[in-house]
Amino acid sequence: MHKFRLIGRIDINNENVVKGKCLEGLRKIGNPEKFAYQYYVDGIDELIFIDAVASLYDRNSLVNILRETCTKVFIPITIGGGIRNLTDVQEALNAGADKVAINSQGLRDINFIKEAVSNYGSQAIVGSVVARRHRYSWEAFMDNAKHRSGINAIKWAEMLEEAGVGEIMVTSIDNDGLMKGFDEELVWNITSAVKIPVIASGGAGKSDHISTLRRKTNCDAAAISSLLHYNHLGIEEIKDYLLNTDIEIRKCK
Amino acid sequence: MQIAIIDYSIGNVQSIINAISHNRDDIKIILTSEKNKILDSDAVILPGVGAFQKAMNELKKRDLPEILSEYIKLGKPLLGICLGMQLLLDSSEEFGFAAGLGFCQGEVKKFPNTTKDKLPNVSWNNLTSNSLEWENTILEGITKEDDFYFVHSYICLPGNQDTILAHSNYGGVQFCSVMKNKNIYGCQFHPEKSSFKGLMILNNFINIAEK
Repeated sequence: MHKFRLIGRIDINNENVVKGKCLEGLRKIGNPEKFAYQYYVDGIDELIFIDAVASLYDRNSLVNILRETCTKVFIPITIGGGIRNLTDVQEALNAGADKVAINSQGLRDINFIKEAVSNYGSQAIVGSVVARRHRYSWEAFMDNAKHRSGINAIKWAEMLEEAGVGEIMVTSIDNDGLMKGFDEELVWNITSAVKIPVIASGGAGKSDHISTLRRKTNCDAAAISSLLHYNHLGIEEIKDYLLNTDIEIRKCK
Repeated sequence: MQIAIIDYSIGNVQSIINAISHNRDDIKIILTSEKNKILDSDAVILPGVGAFQKAMNELKKRDLPEILSEYIKLGKPLLGICLGMQLLLDSSEEFGFAAGLGFCQGEVKKFPNTTKDKLPNVSWNNLTSNSLEWENTILEGITKEDDFYFVHSYICLPGNQDTILAHSNYGGVQFCSVMKNKNIYGCQFHPEKSSFKGLMILNNFINIAEK
């Protein structure tokens, strides 16, 4: 079994790190470059920057944050939120991103995903699934969880794999920011449906949530934010816990 | 001291530039595909991600196979990263058959079906070695506990076992993760994205060029 990855997810709005609950009620909590550098030094395996409102207006500031971060942070960085065309992808990669996460524009036009994969390779494209639970299923949402797509979230993951993305990131709207654990059932349904690596996001509130997630779903990575942003736990502390529960992960030092 | 990073519109080269200049602000780093600049450099890095055939086509468009061949005859170090390492071999089975640069014997194949893990391999992984010493190579100071960041579905099978400087294991499949043929080096992982130990490898490469 390959090593599990612990990813720091940093949602950004107006040059600030923001965090809400269920992707709503975003609060400003800090400077993204500082957060990114600290997590890097502390031993995080990867970073994901998400443009939390995905407005065209903010695009330049996010690219600047990314460009600055890449001069001192030497781990893989993914950028997502409001990626609408190949120019956006190119701009993100030029600024130093290794991967670009795409959701809404792919739901509008799956050919955009195929084009992005064909131009930049599957290793550069992460398919993003933002899911809300209905009674017996999950629906893929778009535009920062504001609009329904009418497409089943598991189906959307399969479509993304078919279109050639290198990884899937699945965010549970219901569990985001609540710190009560991941939607393991959702993640398990997706890891069962696709063969490519899956990153789970939304709900981590203690180390045991991450450990349980890995055991129950066999996913490849966990993206965490509140846990780190609010200094609940250090990265080394989380990794030590995972190692103690027999989950292989890169050691911090 | 001048390092040339080969510019052939493949991959994220800014990270490599950032990683080198982070440790050494006294080094001149140029992004180029020009013959004179490459031959004048003290070290050359061949980056690359994506498809083998497409990358070879881009290299050929710029006469880079001949230029790089001339460069390595000068005895100065060359480092291929990720796809850049795979391109150093004779050929790849990606989409059938594609000829490589042929600077090192061997071929590139897809991870065999026997791998018990997902593809692509996107993970941090350590390096091992059966016999070879890492002293005075790009792996000087690296231990078997250190992890590096890999993203790939294809692996290098060097023809000459003596050129395998390090192995890694993914899903039960052992593959060559670092290659050394005289002054030519290859890393399957991304040192520029592998945190402090990755930066150490790039620094070792620069030290070799300075000797």
